Amino acid sequence: MKIIQNRQILENDLWQHDNGDANLPSGPVFISLTRWRAQREALLPYVRQGWLGIRLEAEDDVSRIAGVLGIFPAIALVFSVFTEGRGYSQARLLRKRYGYQGQIRATGDIRRDQLAFLERVGVDTVELAEDQDVESSLGAYGDISVQYQPASSQSDQACSHVAHLQNTKHPTVHL
Amino acid sequence: MYQYNDADRRLVSERVAQFKGQTERYLAGRLNENEFRQYRLRNGLYEQRHAPMLRVAIPYGVLSSGQLRALAYIAREYDKGYAHFTTRQNIQFNWPRIEQVPDILQTLANVDMHAIQTSGNVVRNITTDHLAGVAADEVVDPRPYCEILRQWSTLHPEFNWLPRKFKIAISGAREDRAAIRLHDIGLQMIRNESGRVGFRVYVGGGLGRTPMIGKLLTSFLGEHDLLSYVEAILRVYNLNGRRDNLYKARIKILVDALGVDQFRQQVEEEWRQIKDGELRLERSRIDGMKIHFMSPQHGAPKSGIARVQLTRNNNPVFNAWYEHNTVAHKRVGYRIVTISLKAPTGAPGDLTADQMDAVAQLADQYSGGELRVSHEQNLVLADVMQADLIELWRALRAYGLAAANIGTLGDMICCPGLDYCAQAHAGTVDIAQQINARFKNVDTLHALGNIRLNISGCINSCGHHHVGDIGILGVRKQDKPWYQIMLGGSIGADVVLGKRLGPAVSEEAIVDIVERITQIYLEYRDEGESFARTIRRIGIRLFKEKVYEDHTK
Repeated sequence: MKIIQNRQILENDLWQHDNGDANLPSGPVFISLTRWRAQREALLPYVRQGWLGIRLEAEDDVSRIAGVLGIFPAIALVFSVFTEGRGYSQARLLRKRYGYQGQIRATGDIRRDQLAFLERVGVDTVELAEDQDVESSLGAYGDISVQYQPASSQSDQACSHVAHLQNTKHPTVHL
Repeated sequence: MYQYNDADRRLVSERVAQFKGQTERYLAGRLNENEFRQYRLRNGLYEQRHAPMLRVAIPYGVLSSGQLRALAYIAREYDKGYAHFTTRQNIQFNWPRIEQVPDILQTLANVDMHAIQTSGNVVRNITTDHLAGVAADEVVDPRPYCEILRQWSTLHPEFNWLPRKFKIAISGAREDRAAIRLHDIGLQMIRNESGRVGFRVYVGGGLGRTPMIGKLLTSFLGEHDLLSYVEAILRVYNLNGRRDNLYKARIKILVDALGVDQFRQQVEEEWRQIKDGELRLERSRIDGMKIHFMSPQHGAPKSGIARVQLTRNNNPVFNAWYEHNTVAHKRVGYRIVTISLKAPTGAPGDLTADQMDAVAQLADQYSGGELRVSHEQNLVLADVMQADLIELWRALRAYGLAAANIGTLGDMICCPGLDYCAQAHAGTVDIAQQINARFKNVDTLHALGNIRLNISGCINSCGHHHVGDIGILGVRKQDKPWYQIMLGGSIGADVVLGKRLGPAVSEEAIVDIVERITQIYLEYRDEGESFARTIRRIGIRLFKEKVYEDHTK
């Protein structure tokens, strides 16, 4: 699995994805919203160990788990195709609306050129698509250093200029 | 106009480098077609019928002479010596080579231009009234707000993968020259009873396969809330717009499915959470932006109005140009001039590199070095002294840019059509030229008064045929081009979709039919009544009967 976390290659990722077996694997695991709703009580041991992550599909409404976010040390957002845009709003809402501080992981068809925007909406961990080259993908973070919108990413990366703040100096008016 | 600062320049320059990297990876086989397509669209690059097409952004239609010179350079160096202005105030080059596009973008970056987000499922160019800042009926100059929205929407990390394209237009005048109710978000600038500046917000307008007129979302949004409200709309759309069907993915479909009241509820619920946050526009930001758009210093205009009057009296050709191609400026002694890109034998909206250089020179000489692009595909010199009109007119004539046809049947909105566009079903430019040839008698043209003829080569309606006085839609039957006619469409105060006149007609018949329609108008109009008024008064049934009784298929 090719994983980037906080702009670095993650070698020893502990998280697994629930593959639908009746018994969950031992250790941190992402389960679906459906499974969470169906088996809440039964999952308490995982919750206590900090092993329960939740995996949201693009059509899942983030507000439905807003009240219990503290239970999940990690949330995975599924991007079935790299053109799927809903996960970006989901991440934004998790961070800014609901103040979620845990890991937000993008999974699915993620490619190099999605990394920068994912980070800016609050995604700190990315599972890249199989055919992606992890090392060279890291370069994506350096592509664009200027941002017109207020930042909301967790990581305190450098070079995030909000352009309009520099407009305080009056420009020369062309006569 | 807005002056870039270092950060603006850095963003554009970094974007060029990013796209250069993506192009190199694609050409080296390290980026597949499907993926590269998404990145090249977001940099304005289409694969078109005969060649790639590059759509360059002209933010809310405002252009400097220096930028126009760069466009001329690009047309010569990288293209076939001309370019096309679009109904969204952008410019298109029809023949760039993919491997050269990064160089073209670098040339653009050098003059503070770009092709960012002119295509793809993102927020596109913010468009506005081509008379912004100078119109006599202006309530508030929309351009500072256009620029604020442009920056907010540029490389917005949350909205780079919308269900579909997203178009926003702003009007700041009493007459809506930006067709705001035909946009995904339409913003009408107003002042409320206390004189506070704000917007009437419309949502879900658009043409194409399912034409819809924008619905009112809120009747007053204070100016400070512009960004937070628009962000709320975009977030609701991003999360709820359809992604299963390309033809049902625009926001108008979502608004129609939910009903505007439910849609409004969702937007306002979202907006309540963010309205007083970091997106709230501070006074200093708004005022700081307004400074970029202050009117050029106008000294006392040179005397010369008398000379203009005299020339108008003695020279009917100049007079026709003055009457059709110029309008009143809000300041005495000035005039707004439209440069007609509708030469009868040309392609509507096209300009050659030589013409671009000439126009840039004229902009410097006569209009403070700035121009505008209108959505009717003409150029506007917005600050011309009356005293300079005669010289300007002569110069425009020399370059074939003074056809006195603005607002007339000759001033057609016309998409590129089958000659260029992979989507087109029918040719449009040749039809436009044939119609011009039929109406080459300029007195006949003028006798018909204001007629808006809009021609689209396919249902995507880039030529806005649904809202022309006369609309022509190219369709394909038995593998040949046929033309569907609509009558009675309008924009401005009242947005009305035209009604179909009858069965599609052949390319052999379409020009005759357009002529017949104008003859019927002349026959039935009241004294001084415009084409639009006559249709509203007598309805289209009469036209239908008379056109199709004469017409043999």
